[in-house]
Amino acid sequence: MSKIVRGRPGQTSPWLAIPTIAYLFLTIGIPLFITVVYSFLQRAKIGMGVTWHFSPKAYKDLFILENLDGTTTFDTRYVKVLWHSFQYSAVTTVATVVLSIPIAMWIATRNESTRNILVAAVTLPFWISILIRTYGLRQIIDDNGPIGWIAHKLGYENFHIIYTPIATMIGLTYVFLPFMILPIYASAERFDFRLAEAAYDLGAKRWTVFRRIVFPSIRPGVIAGIALVFIPALGSFLQSDMLGGGKTNMIANVIALNFTQARNWPFGCALSVLLILLTLLLVQAIRLISKKFGDQVSLV
Amino acid sequence: MSSVKTRKLVNLRNFPTFRPVSWFVLFFLYIPLVHVIVYSFNSSRIATIWEHFSTKWYFKTFHNDDMQRALKNSLKIGFAATILSTVLAVLAALGLVRMRRLGSAFAWSLIGAPLIIAEIVLAVGTLGFFMAVHIPLGIFGMVLAHTAFCIPFALLPIRARLGQLDVAPFEAAADLGANERQILRRITLPLLSPAIVSGALLAFAISIDDFITSFFISGPGSTTLPVYIFGMIRSTVTPEVDAISTLLLLFSGIVLISSYVLNRRRR
Repeated sequence: MSKIVRGRPGQTSPWLAIPTIAYLFLTIGIPLFITVVYSFLQRAKIGMGVTWHFSPKAYKDLFILENLDGTTTFDTRYVKVLWHSFQYSAVTTVATVVLSIPIAMWIATRNESTRNILVAAVTLPFWISILIRTYGLRQIIDDNGPIGWIAHKLGYENFHIIYTPIATMIGLTYVFLPFMILPIYASAERFDFRLAEAAYDLGAKRWTVFRRIVFPSIRPGVIAGIALVFIPALGSFLQSDMLGGGKTNMIANVIALNFTQARNWPFGCALSVLLILLTLLLVQAIRLISKKFGDQVSLV
Repeated sequence: MSSVKTRKLVNLRNFPTFRPVSWFVLFFLYIPLVHVIVYSFNSSRIATIWEHFSTKWYFKTFHNDDMQRALKNSLKIGFAATILSTVLAVLAALGLVRMRRLGSAFAWSLIGAPLIIAEIVLAVGTLGFFMAVHIPLGIFGMVLAHTAFCIPFALLPIRARLGQLDVAPFEAAADLGANERQILRRITLPLLSPAIVSGALLAFAISIDDFITSFFISGPGSTTLPVYIFGMIRSTVTPEVDAISTLLLLFSGIVLISSYVLNRRRR
């Protein structure tokens, strides 16, 4: 490199970043590429892996079932899996928004030292093992756990939510709540609460103040939160596995199944490709929505 | 006048439902963790039914060879992935400042990929990659994969700190004739060091907590603690699961608090 230093002193040569880029290309770029390639191959006759015969069969298998007599019928199993994944993620997103707006606003209106403690309390779960958090929640909502005990005391003898879709959604909400609270809080913190006071003074009802004054200001946070909750929820594995039992398979559970017991790698890869495409589509959709409102939405 | 203002302010601070919902959320976030910790001291054989206080499951855990092996693997992989990812994160943070737009957009999309793409997709992709190039499923492969998703987390505090640095010491050093290398070694790295350690600790926390990637690419001899815990949860659940989980929580807690303290100091 030339000796002339562009930019400010102390800034190093851009070549320093090359090893990292090369490393990530190898460990992230190549695996993604291989996923796409494998999705167009056929499963190995025996054991794990693939055979190198090009075929769009994996994608056809997503929607079409070949009967034993050679006829084909529309296969609804995987469409249902997709639909359930969307449904659970959507419910989770709504639940996190409903729970996060109050706590984000509440934290934003505390004094500074309380605010710091509360933000730390909301951030901490982000760094704790999702496996342990999901396990802990399972112990809480188990029939023999505290929630079951309370339900029985209240006279609900047939109480049962563990291993149902509701348990999956509770689990997803539990795991992804901090991802919604933090961006909304970041927007709420910048909100000038005197505006709400002014509206209130001028005779607006509380709900009107919230809808017309407060909400537009925290909207960038809500939109960022929707992206940060909906996208990972769509690809989640542990909550439907540990809390939903076998009944509530989401996309990731079917991917996992095809790489373990079912040993159909091309099909698992086709589902992975589908999930990547959905993710990119959603990222783009969020970008468009935030543009429409003219909001500054930052995802990281 | 001031009394009117106070009344309105109190009114907004106490928007109906804000306080009860907030307490509910905090309770909801922490009660499962509290349950795990409390029930790790349960003498019963059944994890959900409380009998009486006992530390027997901790003793059992300390004498459980499989658990010990899994813990050792977690630490080995965690240390190796931390060192590798931190070095790569420092290089990326320094180099990307001056990279041209196109190159840095490509680099950031690679760095951000593990944060956006579902972990299971990268996990099975990595499994396919290892199979294709004949990398055996073991500690080496685990370190390779862990390093990849630890990089963005190690980078987080380093990048933030780099943006906050004052230009004065750099200009002074350059004026006094220091070359790029000297500035890097004597000024940039020392100023970044708290952020580097903080990033390394975050990377370590992410590595030892990882489940999904490890689940798919760990071989029989490279099972980590979370994969071992998952296996236990799948079979019979005794309070030993709670005891091991509590130890892992304690461990993550220490790492995170150190990272937080380091990040706070000298800011």
